[in-house]
Amino acid sequence: MKPALDWLDQRTGYKKLLHEALFENVPGGARWRYVWGSTLVFCFSIQIITGICLWFAYSPSSQTAWESVYFIQHVMWGGWFLRGLHHFTAQAMTVLLVFHLLQVVIDGAYKAPREVNFWSGVVLMLLTLALSLTGYLLPWDQKGYWATKVATNIAGITPIIGEGLQKIVIGGSDYGHHTLTRFFALHAGVIPGAIMAFIGIHVFLFRKHGLTPKEPRRKPDAAFWPDQVLCDMVACLAVLLVILFLIFRFHGAELGAPADPSEPFEARPEWYFLFLFQLLKFFPGGTEVWGAIVLPGLLMGVLAVMPFVGNWKLGHRFNVAFLWAMLLGIGGLTYMAVKADRNNPGYLAAVRSADHDAERVIELASSPTGIPVTGAVTLLRNDPLTQGPKLFAKNCASCHRYDGHDGLGNQPKDKLSASDLKGFASRAWLTGLLDPKQVDGPHYFGATKFKSGKMVKFVKDELGGDDAEKKKNAEKVIVTLSAEAHLKAQKALDQRDEAIIEEGSKLIGDAAGCTDCHKFHDAGDDDSAGPELSSYGSREWMLAFVSNPKHDRFYRARNDRMPSFGEEKILSEQEIGLVVDWLRGEWYEAKESGLKEPGAKE
Amino acid sequence: MTVVPAVGGLMVLVDPLRRKSDGAGAVLVTSLGSLPENGEPRKFPVLATKVDAWNRTTNVPVGAVYLQRVGANQVRALNAVCPHAGCFVNFKSDAGHFHCPCHDSSFAADGKILDPKSPSARPLDDLVVEIRNGSEVWVKFQNFRAGTHEKIPV
Repeated sequence: MKPALDWLDQRTGYKKLLHEALFENVPGGARWRYVWGSTLVFCFSIQIITGICLWFAYSPSSQTAWESVYFIQHVMWGGWFLRGLHHFTAQAMTVLLVFHLLQVVIDGAYKAPREVNFWSGVVLMLLTLALSLTGYLLPWDQKGYWATKVATNIAGITPIIGEGLQKIVIGGSDYGHHTLTRFFALHAGVIPGAIMAFIGIHVFLFRKHGLTPKEPRRKPDAAFWPDQVLCDMVACLAVLLVILFLIFRFHGAELGAPADPSEPFEARPEWYFLFLFQLLKFFPGGTEVWGAIVLPGLLMGVLAVMPFVGNWKLGHRFNVAFLWAMLLGIGGLTYMAVKADRNNPGYLAAVRSADHDAERVIELASSPTGIPVTGAVTLLRNDPLTQGPKLFAKNCASCHRYDGHDGLGNQPKDKLSASDLKGFASRAWLTGLLDPKQVDGPHYFGATKFKSGKMVKFVKDELGGDDAEKKKNAEKVIVTLSAEAHLKAQKALDQRDEAIIEEGSKLIGDAAGCTDCHKFHDAGDDDSAGPELSSYGSREWMLAFVSNPKHDRFYRARNDRMPSFGEEKILSEQEIGLVVDWLRGEWYEAKESGLKEPGAKE
Repeated sequence: MTVVPAVGGLMVLVDPLRRKSDGAGAVLVTSLGSLPENGEPRKFPVLATKVDAWNRTTNVPVGAVYLQRVGANQVRALNAVCPHAGCFVNFKSDAGHFHCPCHDSSFAADGKILDPKSPSARPLDDLVVEIRNGSEVWVKFQNFRAGTHEKIPV
């Protein structure tokens, strides 16, 4: 072995290098307080390794970024763990940077002749924050998209260069493919390259000037190996354990719904930027540049001149006090931002809705149809479960209700003035309609102009008594009529009750009296007073009804207040389809879906 | 010798400077029928042609507007983007004003700045509206630079 190593040493001189690396003098012996720099190098190495591995599977474009991250997270082997490791190590780095900076300033390690070393550290800190800022966008989810939009808009107010800078960074005047290619090039190429160069400078200068011992020294000087190396390794292990704990605790990194420029999102930056976010709330219109650029710039400026200030009498104390005050201020602002959000029901509701979308899109992406080439954002835009409740809340809930709420679980401002459409045309819903006690109640005609109309009168007169035969027939009519809707949820029941349906069809067309006012297939007149019952509640029937309730098939001139959503172009055909499909329970359901409707009661 | 790659690279790097957002012409947003009579603003997505570098997609959401009736046949359109930093503002119907969920800027129902201490430097950006064929609401959709006093189209 030895001859081989000697051979290598003669050609490379590795022994001298190794000796220099390991036998650096540590004045006053090994101490725990010197570990932070090593933990940072350790974290950065993790980021390089995990980052390159992620790179193998990531595709930066607005149609593939989210999709490839989804694939890493939910399909690829151990992908969630890899992303988790990259995500939480980034968080750890930010925290460790603060510890490292504190130790350096408190121990006076920034003083002459170590100024340049200190500055290279400050640059490394800024570069690390830039890594985090650029990395936040790459999954192209709602969170990253909106937070980056805000961040780049703020960069855009920088005097003189702002506008151009913003355009260059986002790759044009709007966010898209080139925003991602640029952020990715910065995140995976330019910034890590710069960090490596600066780590080189930083470590070289550190070795040149030696370690600054914390006075008083408790022990005699010692070499870096083995005592300090042991301390550093234990610290790195502890950091890794915390990271692993966080990965398993949160099951990897979050992935929100895909970015959608028309879908609002209450943008918040990564937690360690919350203080800047909060700070901006205090700067009234036009003075923003002070809070966003001048103030942080000044703080960095003070940090940069610390080596000179440290030479003055009391200068070191000022530096330490300043750093603590800055951290305290950052902590205070962060606390304010978190507290404001926690106490804001609107924000919490928005977060819940965003979480629902995020969960739903993953369900859709994992469905047999997969993600279309247009990207995952179209999955949500065409999903009845996602869009139906939103459209209902906006367009229908000023009169109707869905299970007592507006579809999203909220109470609308306007009073109920039409039926509750949860389970429309289902057996349960029709049972209520033909119940003398309920027909003029708030769920059905109670709040409409039909409250004392013919239908209500009919139900009360015909079914109000104790006639068991009529009640039995009514049940058959309900089963039959409900089968016209072809509801997904009742498929099995409808098949089972074929015989009853045949009987019921005859009843509707004859003895039950329905066709006196309604048309039902061949029975009844074309100019019947009430809405047509053929294919009642089916997709086609509902589309036509919502499009134009005044149509001859439906209420004609007797229509209460319902707008013709299609005819008047209030909603597009596609939008009406989404509401109707949602009301009919026609949406993709994963086999083991735990996902409820947005307004569903727990 | 290093000038050649530097200039070559720099040109591609700064190319976005000459990109302008294609100020889409007027787009059909909705019909008068969907706007509440009481003048309360309602939000609508704006579907238009989006050019994203090499892709051109028609009929996709490019933003959102708040529309409100201000007269028998008159509609006001406000870009839903907060002029401060670019989040979407919410209309709080119980309070009757707009609020930005990011930095708490607030605007009156007509888009004017409500609180002078509010972080936004200018009112919500109003857009040109046209009523065509009696009831179609067409909006000339545009985005503007964030954080400035003046409305500067991007």
